[in-house]
Amino acid sequence: MIVEFISRAILLSIPLLYGSVGEILTEKSGHLNLGIPGIMYSGAIGGVIGAFLYENACGNDLANMNPFLAILIPLICSILFSVFMGLIYSFMTVTLRANQNVTGLAITTFGIGLGNFFGGSLIKLVDSDLPSIALTKTSKFFKAELPFADDLGWFGEIFLSHDFLAYLAIAIALAASFVLSKTRIGLNLRSVGENPATADAAGINVTRYKYLATCIGSAVAGLGGLQYVMAYADGVWSNNAFGDRGWMAIALVIFALWKPSMAIVGSFLFGALCNANNYVQGLGAETQELFKMLPYVVTIVVLIITSMRKKREHQPPESLGLPYFREER
Amino acid sequence: MANQAAIELKNITKTFGSVVANKNVNLTANRGEILSILGENGSGKTTLMNMISGIYFPDEGEIFIDGQPAVIASPKDAFDYKIGMIHQHFKLVDVFSAAENIILGLKEKEGYNLKAAEARISAICEQYGFELDPKKKIYTMAVSEKQTVEIIKVLYRGADILILDEPTAVLTPQETQKLFAVLRKMRDDGKSIIIITHKLHEVLSLSDRVAVLRKGEYVGTVETAKTNESELTEMMVGKKISLNIERSEPKDPQVRLEVHHVDCTNREGSLVLDDVSFHVNAGEILGVAGIAGSGQRELLEVIAGLQKTDSGAVLYHNPKTGNVDLLQGKTPLQIRELGVRLSFVPEDRLGMGLVGNMDITDNMMLRSYRKGHSAFLERRAPKDLAEHIIDELEVVTPGITTPVRRLSGGNVQKVLVGREIAAAPTVLMAAYPVRGLDINSSYTIYNLLNQQKEKGVAVIFVGEDLDVLLELCDRILVIGGGKVTGIVDGRTATKEQVGLLMTKTEGGAEQ
Repeated sequence: MIVEFISRAILLSIPLLYGSVGEILTEKSGHLNLGIPGIMYSGAIGGVIGAFLYENACGNDLANMNPFLAILIPLICSILFSVFMGLIYSFMTVTLRANQNVTGLAITTFGIGLGNFFGGSLIKLVDSDLPSIALTKTSKFFKAELPFADDLGWFGEIFLSHDFLAYLAIAIALAASFVLSKTRIGLNLRSVGENPATADAAGINVTRYKYLATCIGSAVAGLGGLQYVMAYADGVWSNNAFGDRGWMAIALVIFALWKPSMAIVGSFLFGALCNANNYVQGLGAETQELFKMLPYVVTIVVLIITSMRKKREHQPPESLGLPYFREER
Repeated sequence: MANQAAIELKNITKTFGSVVANKNVNLTANRGEILSILGENGSGKTTLMNMISGIYFPDEGEIFIDGQPAVIASPKDAFDYKIGMIHQHFKLVDVFSAAENIILGLKEKEGYNLKAAEARISAICEQYGFELDPKKKIYTMAVSEKQTVEIIKVLYRGADILILDEPTAVLTPQETQKLFAVLRKMRDDGKSIIIITHKLHEVLSLSDRVAVLRKGEYVGTVETAKTNESELTEMMVGKKISLNIERSEPKDPQVRLEVHHVDCTNREGSLVLDDVSFHVNAGEILGVAGIAGSGQRELLEVIAGLQKTDSGAVLYHNPKTGNVDLLQGKTPLQIRELGVRLSFVPEDRLGMGLVGNMDITDNMMLRSYRKGHSAFLERRAPKDLAEHIIDELEVVTPGITTPVRRLSGGNVQKVLVGREIAAAPTVLMAAYPVRGLDINSSYTIYNLLNQQKEKGVAVIFVGEDLDVLLELCDRILVIGGGKVTGIVDGRTATKEQVGLLMTKTEGGAEQ
């Protein structure tokens, strides 16, 4: 049972990890993107559309489907959708210097509306009895696990039984961590988020860094939506099933102290806490809800502790949320 | 090496709108020498240097580097000509280490190698005698260390013409001596160093030659060894110009405000007011003269109850009750509740004085929002006041509902001064009230101050133009480095006398 609990927690944690790593990259450029929930949602629907089109093109026959294309097409569609959202956000906040919070919330509302619109349309197209659309064939390709995982007992189940997007998430988190702390690009990006005027004076193209960080961050976050629908939900899309995972990912950024490697630990902990109510015996409906609060309680506790310790490295990027305008002094 | 021109400016002119910041400036800085650029506030020193470092582009004139004509259109061009400027306000990322800040934005061939960079930084430190730990984070550093980082940043990029904008303003005397030692070493190394300053003794002890600017114009260059303080002061402040500002004799001067031995430390922990004592009489204008940042702002804020003091007392003689009240340690609201009618025209008009996004009426209400008895706002009186001010002071505005930030600087100032005067103060403090104003608006403000004086108000006027101070004020308090370096009579004092007091940093008692 503990093995199942851990394995389940990992599965739950992956969308959060994608979302928070994407948001960390964006925030490191000084942009607080509250559009992440909407971007993850549109990343998910992008993947669903891609998968739906490919499944139809193959005559809904598993035998006709090329495993490579079955993964690549939804993946690309997902990235296109989320980068599109990221571009809108960057255009508004970087070029037009609109308020980041308002823009972010608008993107979230827009992304969820977009997802529900396409989701609802697809459900109508297939004339399903249930308010959902099942892409189980594509999901099978996404969920393909290592053939020898089952032979290795608990070790296999915890570490090797996951879909490839789960491993990709961890790889991206580690890569982001490396880029941020060990490369010139990372140094430049951090300087843009901390003090854009200084970065500008040092000859760094502030606008380009902000755009790229936001769009790459959005692409990463969008993959979280894709992983959710294809692996966690077995390819079944129903409107609003994604829940508040996007907001949790944003909370996780604070928990992880803006460090992608910490986000791996944090997202696992969040996943475990979200899931704990199913594994603790004898909980009533009301106590279950209390249990679901735990991730947020932990985030608040971490916020309190880090603000009390006042260590500068643990603070958000200094110019987070502030527009940069060269001529303004 | 010496006497070979590194950089030469010919007939440089720069205007901002109708304001001439630099007019026909000629300047030469040689290799292996330290050139000081001396001038009062607003004399165009920084503008000139910004043109060399690529921040501004001159309207007219030519720049030669090593005898070749050069076009410096951006900071990057300046880098390419090996020109490095160390600004007064540091451009550093706080959570980065010194080394990270120094290599920021560089594209080195060997790629990103912090260790190699740290080694190079240590080598530079050793060469010139800096003390710096390249791994140290900026936010843990003292101001002098941050400055060191900025200088090394420029050296790391291979600069051999260094421009320092008032580098000693933030340093202690010991740190200043260290910096000078380093600069001398660089000079001996063949670098060309230009230092902007207004401290005469530094000019005399450090530089080889001095170029003097006055109100944007180039006065001349002299060799330091062949000059002295009074000659430089005369070059810097110039001959007295008559402005014909009316000045009436103070009537029945009684002490209104006393400041006793006030010490004040700012947020960075440096002493900004050091044992300041003076008094202001009712019915007189007390001018405050000094180089920018000598503690004028803090002085006014202490009186207004906005700044805490370390020690000392601010006493107010209440003409109504005859009591003497203690002001320091009280908030502005508590001061007002004592019945002290204090008006303050701060330096930062749209930051501290007015709310830019609100219209004139609403800005009037910032002072009167406590009046009225119901839960609803009483708008009639402030609206009348706003209209009155627009008429009386000839404020140019599209309408009474226009947000204040859309008005021009002079009109913003009129609104602010008008509001403060309408509060019928007994003490009126105005910091640089004519900054950025044209001649006519300036005279409107002078007349307003004079009217207040004649009404028996104690006026404190912080100004930067010595000619104005000498014609408008009854007495002039000169402040230098947070200390009162002298209090002179506005009718008898000379410009040179005030200029010398301003640049004096040590000693000086109340006369």
